[in-house]
Amino acid sequence: MTGRVASRLRGALPWAVPLVVLLSWQASSDLGWIDPDVLPSPVAVAHAGWQSLRSGELLRNVEISTWRAAVGFAIGGGIGFAFGLLNGLSGMAETLTDSSLQMIRNVPHLALIPLVILWFGIGEEAKIFLVALGVFFPIYVNTLHGVRSVDPHLMEMGHAYGMSRVTLIRRVVLPGALPSIFVGLRYGLGITWLTLIVAETIAASSGIGYMAMNAREFMLVDVVVFAILIYAALGKLADSAVRVLERVCLVWNPVYRKQ
Amino acid sequence: MTATTESFNRAYVQRHARELPEPQPQRPVAVRLRGVEKSFGAHTVLRGIDLDIPSGQFVAIVGQSGCGKSTLLRLLAGLDTPSAGQIEIAGHVVATDDDGAPDAHVRLMFQEPRLLPWARVRRNVEVGLTNTADAATRRHMANDALARVGLATRAGDWPAVLSGGQKQRVALARALVSRPWLLALDEPLGALDALTRIGMQDLIEDVWRAQCFTAVLVTHDVAEAVTLADRVLVLEDGRITADVVVGLPRPRRKGDPEAARIEGRILDHLLLRTARTEGTL
Repeated sequence: MTGRVASRLRGALPWAVPLVVLLSWQASSDLGWIDPDVLPSPVAVAHAGWQSLRSGELLRNVEISTWRAAVGFAIGGGIGFAFGLLNGLSGMAETLTDSSLQMIRNVPHLALIPLVILWFGIGEEAKIFLVALGVFFPIYVNTLHGVRSVDPHLMEMGHAYGMSRVTLIRRVVLPGALPSIFVGLRYGLGITWLTLIVAETIAASSGIGYMAMNAREFMLVDVVVFAILIYAALGKLADSAVRVLERVCLVWNPVYRKQ
Repeated sequence: MTATTESFNRAYVQRHARELPEPQPQRPVAVRLRGVEKSFGAHTVLRGIDLDIPSGQFVAIVGQSGCGKSTLLRLLAGLDTPSAGQIEIAGHVVATDDDGAPDAHVRLMFQEPRLLPWARVRRNVEVGLTNTADAATRRHMANDALARVGLATRAGDWPAVLSGGQKQRVALARALVSRPWLLALDEPLGALDALTRIGMQDLIEDVWRAQCFTAVLVTHDVAEAVTLADRVLVLEDGRITADVVVGLPRPRRKGDPEAARIEGRILDHLLLRTARTEGTL
């Protein structure tokens, strides 16, 4: 019984620090230590959030931002995964494409924003292009590394036991590369939200970033803070989803089974 | 693993062996090597090996590290191709193109278990049945093979939770599940502790006697070679320098003085050669 209470307490422990910060923030605002025009109180931020939720504005913006994130991630991640797999399996393909890809990688993708606006205007393509470009590299690099680090002994065993090339990839290469691919996935998700924040604040007419920039024009600090928190929540949510997926897919690995 | 579990498992195997359907008639192979050579660049590993192995024989190949014994085994298993000469298995010339899939009737057991960590034990055994399309048949045959090595109850476990000896038994089940004609064993017991090793030797002898395949075991342990094999070949510097028949009755007892005598003779041969090449004689 005491053991269960102790483990509950332990589970609550990570939330202790944010809670203390939140409470002292509210107290400081109530006591007038913080100018509400600089940083509104948590209650004010929550109120702004409630307002935008009721007007339907929040949901619409979250929806469009999530859609951009998902489409950009799927395109960039898909291409990165395909190149990672191809270059990991074929030395010829790697010689041909890897150094070109590494050269492109060294251009900060956010530096392309002016060019992207010239190409695509402020339409959806611009945001999706930037997200896809940002996500491509972490997924590519980690898939390549994962495929490369598959135990060659297992590959030889698969060959000796008559596995065809397709079966070998499906049953040996992909599962072996999966832990590394997941690292790329989580890293790529971080970049997705980062890219989207920048792209939406600079060139957009909808989305959470736009919501924040729009609020800034009317000095609605509480809405700005609320938009920032929404970004944080969406990022955390996506990361948690991948962690759950990771634990399900890598159940065979004792490292992931514990906890 | 303890001796108790091993003896329990052996009892289990024997009890279970009776419940299994009669093994389907198999075609044990005769292996014939003629002038087989293998070199890697300028380095010649095998020089003109001529060898005949009658069907169903258990042959052990001993020799020091680097004498070419593992290379010979890889040639038999079709993982490498000879630089010169010909290998015939059951009258059928082993394919000489590099891309060709190895013969399904020849199975290789490696020094390490080489189980897929992301597949449960039974799925790992089913790897041996890659060319069997029907899932129910695969499942049934894999369960049979697991029962044969005394691991019927571990079919649903992940390889990570098995001991070293159990993993190697799963690997044995994987090699035997397709009922191969020739089983090539590349020091499969090298990494096991002494007691587990003895249990595994007994198990390998049991399944070999039950399934009548031809077996080629590569080992550096002369005692193990004499315990298991009908015939021990000594490989030195890429050549077969001794061919010793071990005519002891089976199942073999541990500590047989006759076995010790044969072991001594082979060791003398190996060590004298070494001494001579080093110039001390």
